[in-house]
Amino acid sequence: MQILDRRLNPRGRSLPNRQRFLRRAKSLVQEAVREASAKRDIRGADEGGEVSIPLHGIREPSFHLGQGGVRDHVLPGNKEYREGDEIPRPPGGEGGGGSEGSPDGGGEDSFRFVLSREEFLDLFLDDLELPDLAKRRLVEGADPAWQRAGFQVSGSPANLALSRTMRNSLSRRIALRRPRPEAVAALQEEIARLEALDGDAERLAELRLELERMVRRTQRVPWIDPIDVRYRRFEPVPRPVAQAVMFCLMDVSGSMTEDMKDLAKRFYTLLYIFLQRRYKHVEIVFIRHTHEASEVDEETFFHSRETGGTLVSTALEEMQKVVADRYPPAEWNIYAAQASDGDNAAGDSQRTARLLIDSILPVCQYYAYIEVGRESEHGMPGFPRGPTDLWRTYEQLVAAGAPMAMKKVRHRREIFSVFRELFARRPEGQEAQA
Amino acid sequence: MSITLDDRMLYQGAEWDFTTLRRIHDACEEIALGELGLEVYPNRIEVISAEQMLDAYASTGLPLFYRHWSFGKHFAHHEAMYRRGLRGLAYEIVINSDPCLSYVMEENTATMQALVIAHAAFGHNHFFRNNRLFRDWTDARGILDYLEFARGYVAQCEERHGEAAVERLLDSAHALMTHGVHRQRPRRIPDLKREEERERERRQHDEQVYNVLWRTLPEKASTPPQRGEEEKRRALLQLPQENVLYFLEKMAPRLEPWQREIIRIVRNIAQYFHPQRQTKMMNEGCATYCHHRILGRLHEQGRISDGAWLEIIHSHSSVILQPEFDDPRYGGMNPYALGFAIMEDIERICRTPTEEDREWFPDWAGCGDPMPVLREAWAEYRDESFILQFLSPHLMRKLKLFHVRDDSAQPVMRVDAIHDEGGYRRLRRALAQQYDPAWTDADIQVVDVDLGGDRRLVLEHRVNAGRLLDEQEARQVLRHMASLWSYDVLLQEVDPTTGAVLKQHAVAPPRA
Repeated sequence: MQILDRRLNPRGRSLPNRQRFLRRAKSLVQEAVREASAKRDIRGADEGGEVSIPLHGIREPSFHLGQGGVRDHVLPGNKEYREGDEIPRPPGGEGGGGSEGSPDGGGEDSFRFVLSREEFLDLFLDDLELPDLAKRRLVEGADPAWQRAGFQVSGSPANLALSRTMRNSLSRRIALRRPRPEAVAALQEEIARLEALDGDAERLAELRLELERMVRRTQRVPWIDPIDVRYRRFEPVPRPVAQAVMFCLMDVSGSMTEDMKDLAKRFYTLLYIFLQRRYKHVEIVFIRHTHEASEVDEETFFHSRETGGTLVSTALEEMQKVVADRYPPAEWNIYAAQASDGDNAAGDSQRTARLLIDSILPVCQYYAYIEVGRESEHGMPGFPRGPTDLWRTYEQLVAAGAPMAMKKVRHRREIFSVFRELFARRPEGQEAQA
Repeated sequence: MSITLDDRMLYQGAEWDFTTLRRIHDACEEIALGELGLEVYPNRIEVISAEQMLDAYASTGLPLFYRHWSFGKHFAHHEAMYRRGLRGLAYEIVINSDPCLSYVMEENTATMQALVIAHAAFGHNHFFRNNRLFRDWTDARGILDYLEFARGYVAQCEERHGEAAVERLLDSAHALMTHGVHRQRPRRIPDLKREEERERERRQHDEQVYNVLWRTLPEKASTPPQRGEEEKRRALLQLPQENVLYFLEKMAPRLEPWQREIIRIVRNIAQYFHPQRQTKMMNEGCATYCHHRILGRLHEQGRISDGAWLEIIHSHSSVILQPEFDDPRYGGMNPYALGFAIMEDIERICRTPTEEDREWFPDWAGCGDPMPVLREAWAEYRDESFILQFLSPHLMRKLKLFHVRDDSAQPVMRVDAIHDEGGYRRLRRALAQQYDPAWTDADIQVVDVDLGGDRRLVLEHRVNAGRLLDEQEARQVLRHMASLWSYDVLLQEVDPTTGAVLKQHAVAPPRA
């Protein structure tokens, strides 16, 4: 008989099987991730979690008998039945009393399991058709900085830790009782003195023996031994990064449909994930507007409906106010993303442009405008829609060299193209923060 | 409580270490071998963590199984259930191997470890070693090495032929796994050790006769027409054949050697598990009976404290709980409960038989010592025959069994037999039938191959009691079969008495 401890065996032995499973069920899992990320708030977007996928796509078929025919059931717990009694067939097909009442019965159609954070993010980003390079950036974060982290016994000569090496050497010499050079010198002097005086021969022989022993010991115990040598050790640590605030501005007037809001949400989510990788601390401010603007929480932002006209400038004013109140541009990296269907009251364009140029753009790291449209509008023949009011306004600004990105988005796969501009244009100031 | 350790006490409290495990094992062994007369493989007990237990679950309880997405699926499923607290983990998993491998979880209390050791390391172990089905059909000595080989071989194939190709093949083979076993007596006991050697020899032969020159020959010449061969091959097809995987492995015309080898691996593993399907109830009953006897005896001897004994009783009784049919918890007959009940009943009949028992079991009622009867039963029977032979009227009354016949041609179900004088035998037969794979599984055989023509493979499902196959799934399985066979596959569902074809499913292979 043998008892073995297997607890220390490498963990995650089932990982290859899991990867195979996820690959196999990729389209289903992706659909589930899509649903889950629509339900989550932006901050929770990059956590793992339980998803549920339909079972039929991953069923392993085998020959088995279907319904119908003659079936026999032997059941325990008879109470009143006698031979020959007739029992009405319970609804739902298969008979035999409670045999279908098993607790697993209901959950047969869907398959629930837990995705890790990496898996979830990977699938989420995959769904946006992110190029691999960009994905890696998002998932892995910024380049690490090297930080001193103790000592190690091997390394390059440039990293030799002299004082630590000498300290080791000293303690080793003391421990092994290596005679100090002064002691040797003193002894030699003593011998020389005795020899000169032609003193006590016995004492002289003793001292000579002592000297010989000391010299031998000195030779045997080296001054610096390879085991004393220490090198400075460095460890990669994530760069300490500053804080950022992200403003989500959205038009919530009646013309924005749920689909449009979902597109906007995806953009915000992506931006949030991106910022979170680069900054230690990211805050989000949600500002919604109709003909007036207010700062709200996420739930209200995405889900409550408002009626009214559309004045974009009110949102910018609100943002300006919040920045002045809470986020001094010297301490915060400010990102803003605005989503709208492009409507704006006719007289407001001028004011919007002014606000942007004078007060918003100068304090922002990045300002993105996405114009969301219905998917069905895409390529509809015969109804060419001209650029919207807001689009025209912003276009002029961009033409004049304002640092902002703008894009029309009709489908979630297009979201990334807006995003790419963020990666493409990286002002130096931004990198220097890090 | 005093801290002075009673010498006889195996352990105190819930904590345990490896010495405790050893003491428990040795104490159990003393009783199992000495008093119960069990005969077991040497034990190997492995302590594992919860994650490893989940892992073992996923690959059908086998350590070092080859890789396939379906195991990942099961793992994910179990893990989610476990995390949500819907399902606990098994306390142990035991493998039919020599030495007999039992996994015990590190979270178990000392008492649970004792229970697990008595249950798995002696109960199941004895059953594996002695039951005829296991002795005839499985090679306990070779299984671990064989799994190792299978894992390595599949990984190697993935490397050589791509993961996608291997996955497709395994999917198809898994779909047919239920029909990949020989049910008749094997001509020889499988020797899994030789399997690896056989495959190596085959490859070596391939390498030896390999000549680059052959590759320069035009494609056509490499597959010469096989005139005259066909008659000979028809005779060699060994039709009809119920082991579909075996047939495909040997006869499918366009499989590569590595594909045949993988099918063979799947088939061997299906065969290895086949006895477990036929003896689940007995096997669990045997283990439950053994742990109950062994631990009861340890408690009698004062080697297990009263508190520990209560803990044992508690888990023992939840294991053998049999909800009645109208209970919402009812999910079929609990194999632990039924097996244990019959075995306990055998003990009762041996010790204090009634008149009725003497009449039903004249050979051994009142013989005094139940162990020889039980050992004989554990060695020579499987679930079906065990019930037919040993289920007593007393127990049928106690469980209040009744038999309902559900004929879809009739508007209502009918109670066919209950636990009364007129019903005992019919009831017992009906229950036994539920444990007979030959009755519960679809009887599907390969009956013909159109060798002269389009090489269509013809299968027959001999329909039992009007129960047809689930059509949707049958088609999926047939598609898998067609991809292995590479030509059309036709499945006919035939009424065995009249020979009438009730239903047909025809599937063409996927286009390459």
